[in-house]
Amino acid sequence: MAIEIEKPAVGLSKVAVSDTHGEYSPYFAGWKAYDENPYDELWNSSGVIQMGLAENQVSFDLLEQYLEKHSEATNWGNRTSGFRDNALFQDYHGLQSFRKAMASFMEQIRGGRAKFNPDRIVITAGATAANELLTFILADPGDALLIPTPYYPGFDRDLRWRTGVKIVPVHCDSSNNFEITPQALDAAYNEAESHNIKVKGVLITNPSNPLGATIKRSTLEEILEFVTRKNIHLVSDEIYSGSTFSGEEFVSVAEVLEARDYKESDRVHIVYSLSKDLGLPGFRVGTIYSYNDKVVTTARRMSSFTLISSQTQQLLASMLSDRTFTENYIKTNRERLKKRHQMIIDGLKNSGIECLKGNAGLFCWMNLSPLLEEPTKESELTLWKSMLHEVKLNISPGSSCHCSDPGWFRVCFANMSEQTLQVALTRIHNFMDRRKAMKSSPDFSSY
Amino acid sequence: MVLLSKIATNNGHGENSSYFDGWKAYEIDPYHPTKNSHGVIQMGLAENQLCFDLIQEWVENNPKASICTPQGSNGFNDIAVYQDYHGLPEFRNSVARFMEKVRGNKVRFNPDRIVMSGGATGAHETLAFCLADPGEAFLVPTPYYPGYDRDLRWRTGIQLLPVVCESSNDFKITREALEDAYEKAREANIKVKGLILNNPSNPLGTVLDRTTLRDAMSFISERNIHLICDEIYSATVFNEPGFISIAEIAEESAYRKHRDLIHIVYSLSKDLGFPGFRVGIIYSYNDAVVNCARKMSSFGLVSTQTQHLIASMLSDDIFVEKFLDESAKRLAERHSLFTQGLAKVGIKSLKANAGLFCWIDLKRLLKEPTFEAEKELWHLIIDEVKLNVSPGASFHCSEPGWFRVCFANMDDETMKIALSRIHKFVIQKTRPDQPTTRKQCKRSKLEISLSSRRLDEFIMTPRMLSSPHSHMTSPLVRARN
Repeated sequence: MAIEIEKPAVGLSKVAVSDTHGEYSPYFAGWKAYDENPYDELWNSSGVIQMGLAENQVSFDLLEQYLEKHSEATNWGNRTSGFRDNALFQDYHGLQSFRKAMASFMEQIRGGRAKFNPDRIVITAGATAANELLTFILADPGDALLIPTPYYPGFDRDLRWRTGVKIVPVHCDSSNNFEITPQALDAAYNEAESHNIKVKGVLITNPSNPLGATIKRSTLEEILEFVTRKNIHLVSDEIYSGSTFSGEEFVSVAEVLEARDYKESDRVHIVYSLSKDLGLPGFRVGTIYSYNDKVVTTARRMSSFTLISSQTQQLLASMLSDRTFTENYIKTNRERLKKRHQMIIDGLKNSGIECLKGNAGLFCWMNLSPLLEEPTKESELTLWKSMLHEVKLNISPGSSCHCSDPGWFRVCFANMSEQTLQVALTRIHNFMDRRKAMKSSPDFSSY
Repeated sequence: MVLLSKIATNNGHGENSSYFDGWKAYEIDPYHPTKNSHGVIQMGLAENQLCFDLIQEWVENNPKASICTPQGSNGFNDIAVYQDYHGLPEFRNSVARFMEKVRGNKVRFNPDRIVMSGGATGAHETLAFCLADPGEAFLVPTPYYPGYDRDLRWRTGIQLLPVVCESSNDFKITREALEDAYEKAREANIKVKGLILNNPSNPLGTVLDRTTLRDAMSFISERNIHLICDEIYSATVFNEPGFISIAEIAEESAYRKHRDLIHIVYSLSKDLGFPGFRVGIIYSYNDAVVNCARKMSSFGLVSTQTQHLIASMLSDDIFVEKFLDESAKRLAERHSLFTQGLAKVGIKSLKANAGLFCWIDLKRLLKEPTFEAEKELWHLIIDEVKLNVSPGASFHCSEPGWFRVCFANMDDETMKIALSRIHKFVIQKTRPDQPTTRKQCKRSKLEISLSSRRLDEFIMTPRMLSSPHSHMTSPLVRARN
């Protein structure tokens, strides 16, 4: 008989009292510092600059222009029953016009190299919900998903908290640019097996968060070979697919499957969202695209807990089915992200800081390992605290992303104006200058 | 073949029930006044469509409430980017004020205790995740909304145990029934973590009186278990004795110290008629639950576009007052029209003062007092009378012969047609000396296919679902997995 653990006055569930919600991670601690002292160009120019938030604000004007020209279409249309029909629509299939528009948008992002069937699109309130939902469907409590490191810190909560599923890391490191290797996949799988943990799938993020780089076609093929061999699932989180800096370099798993006539595709599921590519995180627009009929049916039923507001579906159906708008948006967004990326890379280089070669995303993966006292997680966190409190930049430490190489940091660049980015780069430059000066000073004593 | 999880492959979604037949029949043959006047009339959908003209008018007069209009578009950026799970302050404030108004301003709601969820569906599931571990149970009075079986149990692994209520006292919840249910759970070694109350009740259309609410409070506080009050129909109360919310009891001195056991589920799907907008609310008097539920709300936040619209609408005091008055008036009229129409052919319904439906007594039309006979009658009503109504067994009613019939999801003309069909059917069925030719009830094959649905012509909700179990003999619901 188990000993009763002391509970608060009225008991909550084990899920409720656990820490798996993940909010004690430094990933979030930095946000608090920002909340307490947020940078503002005019009112608080010495405040903390938020570089830990992967948001895309470089293309908002395009959305606003669209709305100005098409307010009627987005606003329940001309019919008098427009509002009513929309407000009543709660079918978990989602508005057909919305699904069609999403499918078409996803195709355009992939340059038409993959086709998407609107009837395989399941709607969820954000990718957060999509990832959790898929986990409920693909794995039982105690089972595991393999995830290449470094990975988005939110996965710890989204995939594990209420599902009871474990994450087993697939270790990637700087020796080969953090690419995923078959050896690493096998090692992770064997590690799980040795602990009697059943692996149910692999989850990749492509383009990668936090690396800011796309996965090579050959790597995708190796991963597909691996999951087929082990008879497990593959979830490809492609929420940054529209945030690549060129149209050509991103290869979606959908393309690889199409090229092989969809053989073994019923184990593959794609997660998408408009939070990053379109910069609409508040609207909670997520989708699951699965090649597996049973997964589509089950996911659709489960989406009852997390549907997209029909009002928002209506707006986006209109916006995303306008090809003139979407083509221009995709192209312009890429150009602006590329330019912004170049700006930060150059700025960091001028300060003597290297980054992983990136080609996508709203952030860069910065290497500060030369600055570490010792190549340890503790040193990394010490450095992180300096960046936060001294330099007043909230950046995300690699350890919060489960990176096995200490000293790497994710730095977001698309959630601010160019002026603010310049201020951030200046602060970094000054910080690096100060450190160089300290090192070359004769009174310098090792610390 | 690559495997899926147990949750994915079990029947917890609830859709494999034969009760889906009614919905299928409607889907295949939906009523339309001109295009299909012999089609099936949907009376299984608890929707409120009586006041859309008022809403429409407000929306047209308030273009700033929509970020898609020229007047409102300069707010677009800030709204679209805001993803804080606390929700827009103006949204929380306006929802709190609205909930107060619905309760006649007899109670106060703190906006900081308002947590969002993916509809009431999401709210219930989130509370279950917060309050109970897999295998533990909530007590729920019968008859109850079939969706609870999925919402509270499917992914959480918790159990629902019935508190049996009977027609002999108008299905009131008695202290004895509560204690009986709790005792049965104890004997079966099942840990009870809470009690769910639905007030006003779906499917009964009745409200709980003060004594019952106080009894429930005593019951749960004595056992230190949670009380979840689903008040999603609170603004559909159209007659005396009016509505008493658990929030009022929570402010009584005898119960204040037990407030941290109370959690309210709310939504705008029924009171305002906005099921598509997915506005679910958890209001808890327990700080730990507010915190936990708020973190979990990341899995089901309300679109900020919708938060903004709702905030604008609900902070228009003049509009809200007019809406609440008019909605109650129209529901009262519709309810009266319907129940009087039923009474004309001798059909009794439970005396009700709330909700979007009637709980009607068709016992005398049953071949025998069994659930089999109820099912047969139900199929007859779908196939011959062409009405999709909901049989009591799907609500876990302990007595056969009761049906829930929705009346607020159609216009007056359709209502009249439904009534005339009922009249014809009852008269024909109760006519003596006629050999009753029992038609073979078509049992449509159950398949939720992936074929595209004609979404423009009808609205289908999968939420009106029931458990696949038939528990005619034992009221104790057995654990599934």
